[in-house]
Amino acid sequence: MQLARVMGEVVATIKDPNLIGSKLLVLQPIAGSGEPVGRTLVALDSVGAGVGEHVFFVRGREAAFPFYPAEPPTDASIVGIVDHWNMEK
Amino acid sequence: MLIARVVGTVVSTQKNRKLEGAKLLLVQPLTLDEQPRGVTLLAIDSVGAGVGEKVLVVIEGKAAGDALGRKAAAVDAAIIGIIDAVSYYEASGTITHG
Repeated sequence: MQLARVMGEVVATIKDPNLIGSKLLVLQPIAGSGEPVGRTLVALDSVGAGVGEHVFFVRGREAAFPFYPAEPPTDASIVGIVDHWNMEK
Repeated sequence: MLIARVVGTVVSTQKNRKLEGAKLLLVQPLTLDEQPRGVTLLAIDSVGAGVGEKVLVVIEGKAAGDALGRKAAAVDAAIIGIIDAVSYYEASGTITHG
């Protein structure tokens, strides 16, 4: 899992039926220091996150688990909204 | 599995139901000579690790879910051990990091 900031939203009218009703958000992964790291990606939201919030997301096959018994074709899903985090200097 | 150092804690109230009660820690993967390698990751703690400790982390969903003790949990990384020491062998001799 990784920390990220929600940068934006994606709207897609035509999509896989298992994605209907799901929110797609644009994420910028961040390091523990808060600095952006790596490329932005699109993730499926399972917790009601919104633009500007800090979240954490899971990659891979486990990304479909929050939507069980549905099996949406996703490789990244937001699984928590971060209240705050502490990082040792 | 990889060797990492716990560098921080994360608090999240609103999260996936399967993650309720799980402790979330920020870990920095390390090379064998203890240099930071790559970006910090978020891992579930199943062994009671704390900030500053060197730990063993699995980065695979099935293993991480097993460590959490919940089936089909949306996790892909878990701390499964606290490292006492790492020894490895080089031409110059045995190197141990405690």
